[in-house]
This record gives sequence, structure tokens and C-alpha cells, in this order.
Amino acid sequence: MVFPPKSTVKSKAKMDLTSAALDQVPTFDGAGWADKARAAARDRVAAMGLPVGRDEYWKYTDPTVFTDTDPRFDGAVAASDVFAGADALTVTIVDGAVTGDLPQIDGLDIQSLADAATADIHWAQDTFGVLEAAGQTNVERPLAAMTTALAQDGLMIQVTADIPQPLRIVYATAGGQANVHHVVKLAPGAGLTILEEGLAGARAATNMEVAVADGARFDHLRVVPVVAQRDLNTHIFARLEADATFRSFTLTPGGAMTRNEAVIDILGDNATAHIAGACLGDGDFHHDDTVFVTHDAVDCESRQVFKKVLRNGAKGIFQGKILVRPDAQKTDGYQISQSLLLDDDSQFLAKPELEIYADDVACSHGSTSGAIDEDALFYLRSRGVPHATAVDLLTLSFMAEAIEEIADPDLADIVLAHLEQTLSARQ
Amino acid sequence: MLNIKDLHVSLEEEDKEILKGLSLELEAGKVHAIMGPNGSGKSTLSYVLSGKDGYEVTGGSAQLDGQDLLDMDPEERAAAGLFLAFQYPVEIPGVGNMTFLRTAVNAQRKLRGEDEMSAGDFLKAVREKAKSLKIDADMLKRPVNVGFSGGEKKRNEILQMAMLGPKMCILDETDSGLDVDAMKLVAEGVNALRSPDRTFLVITHYQRLLDHIKPDVVHIMADGKIIKSGGPELALEVENNGYADILGEVA
Repeated sequence: MVFPPKSTVKSKAKMDLTSAALDQVPTFDGAGWADKARAAARDRVAAMGLPVGRDEYWKYTDPTVFTDTDPRFDGAVAASDVFAGADALTVTIVDGAVTGDLPQIDGLDIQSLADAATADIHWAQDTFGVLEAAGQTNVERPLAAMTTALAQDGLMIQVTADIPQPLRIVYATAGGQANVHHVVKLAPGAGLTILEEGLAGARAATNMEVAVADGARFDHLRVVPVVAQRDLNTHIFARLEADATFRSFTLTPGGAMTRNEAVIDILGDNATAHIAGACLGDGDFHHDDTVFVTHDAVDCESRQVFKKVLRNGAKGIFQGKILVRPDAQKTDGYQISQSLLLDDDSQFLAKPELEIYADDVACSHGSTSGAIDEDALFYLRSRGVPHATAVDLLTLSFMAEAIEEIADPDLADIVLAHLEQTLSARQ
Repeated sequence: MLNIKDLHVSLEEEDKEILKGLSLELEAGKVHAIMGPNGSGKSTLSYVLSGKDGYEVTGGSAQLDGQDLLDMDPEERAAAGLFLAFQYPVEIPGVGNMTFLRTAVNAQRKLRGEDEMSAGDFLKAVREKAKSLKIDADMLKRPVNVGFSGGEKKRNEILQMAMLGPKMCILDETDSGLDVDAMKLVAEGVNALRSPDRTFLVITHYQRLLDHIKPDVVHIMADGKIIKSGGPELALEVENNGYADILGEVA
């Protein structure tokens, strides 16, 4: 165990809690690659300090639910089965620990972080904590570094072929805090679809670092279960090389507090990155999508599509940025964040940003908040559709653009069916 | 079938009376047409009967087979057998036409305490009815009215009418935005639905739709009231002389 002694940690008033949290970092046998990476992550947190409400990046979301020593909620969350019908390879993670046998097929090498960490050297070491650290460049993301430092387990996934079967990660928890860190490394021309469902903890933090090499494809679909009392903060760090494709979609049909950050660096020409999300907020619900896409190559496309349907005082946040570096000519960037407010108590706050240094680009962004379309509502009701069902249909209509971002039609159908089921269950 | 007595309606937002004591009696199996100049209250009548928000009924009644319509929610009126073919059908992106139709058909059945239609029966019925209206499989799959031409939208309204099988159909300027061929197709769809226990109220500016959907009775509406009723010849009179003569006559 080779963490720096406390006295070397930079002292800041707001550091106390971090130290307390980091003191809980488990030890591993030997001073392997993972321990070094964790120690470096711990130093990053120490240097940055934990987020506080006055930080610009946390203007709309109170970080204390994630930084308080004890989670405010406790309680078990069973494994969900949204993607049970998809023909997928399944891995189960219980209370933040990988359980059972891991699938091994040609072109797909999966190890648990707990196992991989015991080695002196490992293929994941050029990615683990590295993409996260790179993602701290423009904006500090101490929670991500904390997850890197604290996570005891996760999946180290190396892909060397285009794998037709999705890899399904199912989380379950008996309660408490869980930290999970995944690394996905796709070789040139490789491809993988990851399906994530369930919750790692009553308070859960997950990192996913994704390195997509030339011509590789990564698809990510995430469905968060409808659990009222849970807090979730997630980070995706993606690095795209030439001709790479990255797509990520998250459905959040309930829950208390969510902060989903995505940091996507497009480094190779002609690459594509799509990130989308849809959420249904009801009552004590706060959902924050914070996205930072950097274009650093020519002829690349990025799309951000986020839709939020809020009622009974639910709150939605969107902070999205497209940064186009001077050489990233022919960039095609698109960003849309919209909310459908089903009553006057709900709120949507958006901060869309474009920062463009290249002169030959097409970037568009839009952000809207609106109530239900009364004409459409009347049209549906005049056909005999009851008010609540009509509102649900218009909710689906509103979310359609985000769901269309799911590339695989069968998986899109699964997500849609789950959304419909969630909607009809809450009437 | 539909009895409207001395109906007075104002706009909720502003204190303006639109319908000023309108009475109409529509018998089962008949086609009634209402014609009238712009602003006479024709569309308001169709909206008030089908239950759109924004109107305040200050007097009178409207009964469908003895049931008081004006106290009912729009969906209850639909389940009771009322149908409005919209002048401007609403586009609903992201909701498939077929999903919408099935939701509507089954919602009405549920409200009436009937069993849902099986997927197979529903599909068969839609295909058959769509075919006669020249609505192809693609139009059924596409989101409701999105990217439909004017004619396609109106045909889609008639398809909904055919699937829902209402007893009282109100057609609000169904001819607007249609070319002659599209109008014929829509009229054929309507005529195919004529039956002794189904009543139509056709609202139109022009006589030409009535060449294709032959009315039994024609009413002239002006300033929120029916000012004259007669046979089909009344529509021809309007076509030839405009509304001025009739308005003058009544005044």
C-alpha cells in the first residue's frame, strides 16, 4: 500500500472529506500498476479538492449528496431485467464487485479489475485513469478522480474483433455506496455494444473509460432502474481515433439524484460521436447531463440529444459543450436539449455552449422548455384516448428524437417498451 | 341523433359570444351540411361539440342520443360515438400512425366496457380500410400525420373515422386544401360509411364537396346562428349568388 502520507496531501479546507473518503481506499497486494494509478488519482483529487456548490460546473446541482461521508439513502436494489430478452453475454456486479464467471469469446478479453490489479503490468494501464486524467484538462472533475481512486472493481475489457453479441452488465446492491471503474479498449476495426442496467449501490459512482481505435465501433445503452431513493454519478471518458464510432444512450425513468458526465475527445479524422439521453422525472428528481465534446480532427461529427420530461417539481439540468479546436475543420456538431414540463412546479436549466476556433465548421445547438401541446392533446382525446394516456403518448413523441439515436432497432424497441411500461405503471 | 338547443358559447379568454342561440336537430342516417361565411362560428360549433378547451357554454344544450354531451370529457364524447374530422389534423412525431389508431380503438372500447380488439383483427381491419382510401403500409407506419400531404392527412382522418365507427361524424372543412382527385377519394370514403344509423354534419365553405357527399339538409349559418335551412338546392344558391342574398333576405 503506497498512498502518500496525509501530510503530503495539499491542504485545503474542503479537503477534509476527501481525506476521510480516501482513507477508505482498500489496499491491494503489492505495488502493482493499478495501485499506482489509484494513488495518482488520489493525488488529483487532493489537488483539485471536492466540488462545492459555488463551483461554476456545479452551479445547478448540489454536489454534497455525492461528497457527504455517508450516503443519504440506503436500501437494496435488485438486478433489473430490461435487457434480459436481448441475446447478450451477461456479467453481474453486486455491491461493486464482479461476481461469477466472465464470458470469454474470441476477440473479447474480459477481466475484473480486482483480478487485473494484482498483476505487475497490464494492458489496461495505458488507459485506466489515463483518459479520466486527460478529461480533467478543461474542467476539473474531482468526482471522477475519486471514483478512479476508490473503485475496487469493474471490468477491463479488451476487444479485438467486431463482437455481434452485446455485453450486458447487470448491477445489484444490498445498499450503501459502490464505486465501479470500467475500461474498454477497442482495437482497430473492433466493435462492441455494452448494455448497462441496475444500480451498483444506493449511492453509486461509475467511471467508464473507452478508447476507440481506428475504425472501431462502440455502442453503449444504459437503463437506470426506477428506484426513488438512490444517488448516481457517472462519468464516461471516450477517446476516438480516425473513422471511429461512439454512441451512448441513457434512459433514466426515475430516481432522486443523477449526474451523468461525458467527456468525449475526437482525435482522429472522420470519427463520429453520438451521446443521447432521455429521462422521466417525477417529484424529488434531479437529473443533470453534463457533456463536453472536443473536436480535434477534421471531418468529424458529434451529436448531443437530451430530452427530459418533468413533473411534480422535478428538475432537469443540461450543461453541454462543443469545443472545436483550430485544426478541426469540416466539423459537424449538433446539440439539442429539450424539456417537456408537465406542470408549473418543474424546472429545466440549460447551459449550451459552443467554442469554435476553426473557420469551416457547421455547429448548431438548441435548447427549449415547453408545456404539453394542447392541440395535440385535444386531438388524441377527441379520438377517445384518455387524458393520462394521451399525455404518455405525447411524452413518447417528445422523446422520440433521443430514442432514435439508438442504432440497433431491436435494442431501441426494448428501451421503448420499457419506457412505455414505466409510463403506464405510473398513471 | 344529435340535438342542439339554443346553444350559446363564448370564448373563455375574451368576453366574446360566438354562438348565439344555435339550434339543430340531426336525425339518424342523414347528412346535414352547414355552410356559412368566414367567422360565422362553424368551427367553434365543431370544437364545442367535441369538447375542446377554451370555450364557455353560457346557455343551451347538446345531446347525443339523449346523453348530455357538454358535461363530458372529449374522450367520453368519442366513446359515446362522436367523431370530429379536423380541418387541420395535428402532427404527432414519434408516435406511429398504427400505434395511435390501435390505442384509440382500444381506449374507446375500454371506456365502453368492451374487450380490446385483438392485434390480428385490428391489423386486418386497418389494412382493408386503408386500402380503399389508398393509404399504403408506409403511411400506416409513419408518425401520425408527419410529412403527410394535405390529401394524405384528410384521408387519414377518414381512416380513423372508419376504424372508430362513430355514429355522429362531424367533418370540419374536410375539403380545404384538397385537389379534385383527393376530394373525390375522401368523399368516397365518407359515402362508404353512410348508413341508416350514422349521421354526418358536414361543415364547408363551398358547394363542391356537396357534389360528392350529397346532403339531405343544408343549413346556412351566420353570426352564430342557423339563419336558413333547406334542401341541397340551398347549397347551389350559395354557390351561384354568394351569401349576400341570403343574409339580406333574413335581415
